[in-house]
Amino acid sequence: MKNEWVDICDINDIPPMGAVCALHDGKQVAIFNLSNQGEVKSICNYDPVSKASVLSRGIIGDIEGRHVVSSPLHKQHFSLDTGECLQHEGIKVNVYPVRVVNSRVQLQQLDS
Amino acid sequence: MVTSINKKRVIVIGNGMVGHKFIETLCDQKNSDIEILTFSEEPVLAYDRVQLSSYFSGESATDLSLASIKKYEEQGIKFHLNDKVISINKSEKTVVTEKGIEVCYDKLVIATGSTPFVPSIPGGKGEHIHVYRTLQDLEDIKSSAKVSSCGTVIGGGLLGLEAANALKQLSLKTSVVEFAPQLMPVQLDKEGGKLLRKKIKDINVDVLTEKNTKKITQGTAHRYRMEFTDGSQLETDTIVFSAGIRPQDELARSSDISIGERGGIIIDDYCQTSDKDIYSIGECALWNGKIYGLVAPGYQMAKTAAIHCAKTLSEEKVEKDTLPCFTGADMSTKLKLLGIDVASIGDAHGKQEGSKSYSFTDSKAQTYKKIVVSENGELLLGAVLVGGAEEYGSWLQLYLNEMQLPEYPQQLLFPYAADPDSTTTGVENLPDSAQICSCNDISKGEIASCIGKGIHDAGALKQVSNAGTGCGGCVQLVGQILDSELNKLGIEINNELCDHFSYSRAELFDIIKIKNIKNFDELLDKYGQRSGCEICKPTVASILASLWNDQILDTPHVTLQDSNDAFLANIQKDGTYSVVPRVPGGEITPDKLIVIGEIAKEFSLYTKITGGQRIDLFGAHVHQLPQIWKRLVNAGFETGHAYGKALRTVKSCVGTNWCRFGVQDSTSMAIFLENRYRGIRSPHKVKMAVSGCARECAEAQCKDFGVIATEKGWNLYVAGNGGMRPRHAELFATDLNDEILIKYIDRIMIFYIRTAERLQRTSVWMETLKGGLNYLQEVIIKDKLKINNELEEQMKLLIDTYQCEWEATINDPEKLKRFSHFVNSKETDPKVIFTTEREQIQPA
Repeated sequence: MKNEWVDICDINDIPPMGAVCALHDGKQVAIFNLSNQGEVKSICNYDPVSKASVLSRGIIGDIEGRHVVSSPLHKQHFSLDTGECLQHEGIKVNVYPVRVVNSRVQLQQLDS
Repeated sequence: MVTSINKKRVIVIGNGMVGHKFIETLCDQKNSDIEILTFSEEPVLAYDRVQLSSYFSGESATDLSLASIKKYEEQGIKFHLNDKVISINKSEKTVVTEKGIEVCYDKLVIATGSTPFVPSIPGGKGEHIHVYRTLQDLEDIKSSAKVSSCGTVIGGGLLGLEAANALKQLSLKTSVVEFAPQLMPVQLDKEGGKLLRKKIKDINVDVLTEKNTKKITQGTAHRYRMEFTDGSQLETDTIVFSAGIRPQDELARSSDISIGERGGIIIDDYCQTSDKDIYSIGECALWNGKIYGLVAPGYQMAKTAAIHCAKTLSEEKVEKDTLPCFTGADMSTKLKLLGIDVASIGDAHGKQEGSKSYSFTDSKAQTYKKIVVSENGELLLGAVLVGGAEEYGSWLQLYLNEMQLPEYPQQLLFPYAADPDSTTTGVENLPDSAQICSCNDISKGEIASCIGKGIHDAGALKQVSNAGTGCGGCVQLVGQILDSELNKLGIEINNELCDHFSYSRAELFDIIKIKNIKNFDELLDKYGQRSGCEICKPTVASILASLWNDQILDTPHVTLQDSNDAFLANIQKDGTYSVVPRVPGGEITPDKLIVIGEIAKEFSLYTKITGGQRIDLFGAHVHQLPQIWKRLVNAGFETGHAYGKALRTVKSCVGTNWCRFGVQDSTSMAIFLENRYRGIRSPHKVKMAVSGCARECAEAQCKDFGVIATEKGWNLYVAGNGGMRPRHAELFATDLNDEILIKYIDRIMIFYIRTAERLQRTSVWMETLKGGLNYLQEVIIKDKLKINNELEEQMKLLIDTYQCEWEATINDPEKLKRFSHFVNSKETDPKVIFTTEREQIQPA
């Protein structure tokens, strides 16, 4: 069912300005805790450039004000808002709806 | 043969460095009516003859090449290799080659260069007796070296020493035999020659002077016996003649072109021979009774002739006095011979009447400097430098531009003692016309104009201006011009870390230290903007660790770390990690080896021995890391910091413990150093090594810190590097006892950590350090900055607060929470798949 939210973890399980990877509907999803902005973001954990499931282990930063994660393998930046790769036009990873309710992190059920 | 209609044909006989330069310059004239054809008797197009001996240090023939077939074809240059022009018909204006090609020309250029002079000595010809001139000669020498244990060069001049270098690189026991009483008699004075000889002997090359070879006969211990006129003799397996050059002028001779009394094709100021349609350039040409045996004057001739040729072939009328002339050339030169810097400027021997000379010998540093000045002391007439040639660039400018010397010219010998405000030798004072790069004839004005156009990076400046791309002797000077021009333009060199901090790493280090800042957010808040990135976060994390040594996985710091530091392991291409336990000095017990083997087996890890004398275990899933480390820590292992910008390993040999050659206990020293400096975060990784004797089995001279045992103690080398940009470490201090050795390393390490830029290895740091090795010695040994106490205290703090990061992590359940691929599942990454190769796992 769409719009249903699935409980993933406690917000305290994700270090501030850090990330974790969740197994969600059989997919690997990276969840980023942008605590100083008071929000969480979520994109696919798989880095299509380096071809490995590693984006949750990258460093979070900003490129001219855009929230990005830098892949730990070859440092490409992926936008946390759109999933776009800033260095390779046309490469984009999925973005997932995510929210925090009563300090619980939730991902939205995916379309099957 | 027909020429293309309307096109004028220029034929260049010889495709050496100078012939090629002529072609390049002629192409630059953009005269589309000219067709260029070149002949070479060699099988390849022009290559860098000056760097020939680098052929044996790993450079290939392609690395040396100057011209490429592709480029010639693109430019429409026709060429015939392996074919020699054997006659010129001046009235028909044609040439004929050995292979029978006959072509006509409008202009002809003879650039046949020179041939090595081989004195006629009985027995002077043989399978293993060579000259040193072409790539083919090198191949021949190489073949001989395979069946020889020693080799001898006849001739101790510039080329002879180059040839000796080649023999040495082929691992032959090398000797040099010179007729004169000293080495390089043309360029060096007696004292300079004496020091050069000593330095060459120190690297195990034998030098015999005042030896005139009478004949060469069969030897007993070795292949040949060289008998000298003084009755002495020398046995050797391979002989290389390098006793001077002779202009290759037979072609001109047989074509009735004027030749000098002692050889050489006579040319005028436009490089025209006695036949006005025929030019001659390079080492075959005789200008004003002089043959120039260096490449820079050859290039000048090439340019002069090419411009003259292009202009006179064009339809427009040419005013003769607007054409450039060859007006002679300066024979000053700077070289690295057998790794020794040698330079000679102008009147090195002080032959000019009334000239005065000043010299300075530093027998500790083994350097010699001499200046020759005019009678009134106002002008520099000549100079000699041996063992170090930093002054060459600025002294050459003083000499060429006839600049006024300081009141006490001897100050030039002691730049540090001189008045710091004195700018006599400063590049600011050079006229724009001053020639900086003599190989490519580039003036200060041309370089400055490139900088004015926005080229503000040393590498780009080299490419765009072409300065420093020849022998490289002017690179330092070009750098100084860049600094001074940028200064003039009011531009500061931008070494800001990233978008988030307008400070260099060194500045941030000072801020964090002085303001006592303990975390990233505090620094960002006060000195940065926005939220940071993958450049500033790990950099600041490293500085915080270098200063305060908090655990890197503690809460405010953990998200600043690179993935490697964040998981205390090295991430691999499939997202798995490798694990490297520390094995100090490479010494390991059988029990510990067994533990590593058992763990690797249990977790089915791929194992490989590293270059740093330890074992790397690959293919660990993130959740396995703590399990693996529990086992390792229980067995007494500590983390190896293979993931960190920190000390990696201290490589060692077995030293006096086992080796019959060892003079110190290198293994114990290596273990001590590795345990002392482990875990200290630095701008980049740091590698060390300790060798137990001069044989240097631990390869210390390519490490950031290299320690080599001597009879009396230890020699300390710094700032070496292997890898992408190899650099020999520089000898920092000699015969140190244990205590002083460690003190110096402590100080240099912290000084490096404080002042280097992000990801700057010690090798590059050393090169950017103003004043280089000398300056570092002043700071560390003489305490010039009065900071040594502080440096030592900082080191003490870091050593006292060391903790194995893995031991701390496996004992902290909070920290262990992160070591799981999924936050909400115990599953592992399904995308990680292994196959098997040579009985071990590999990423699929």
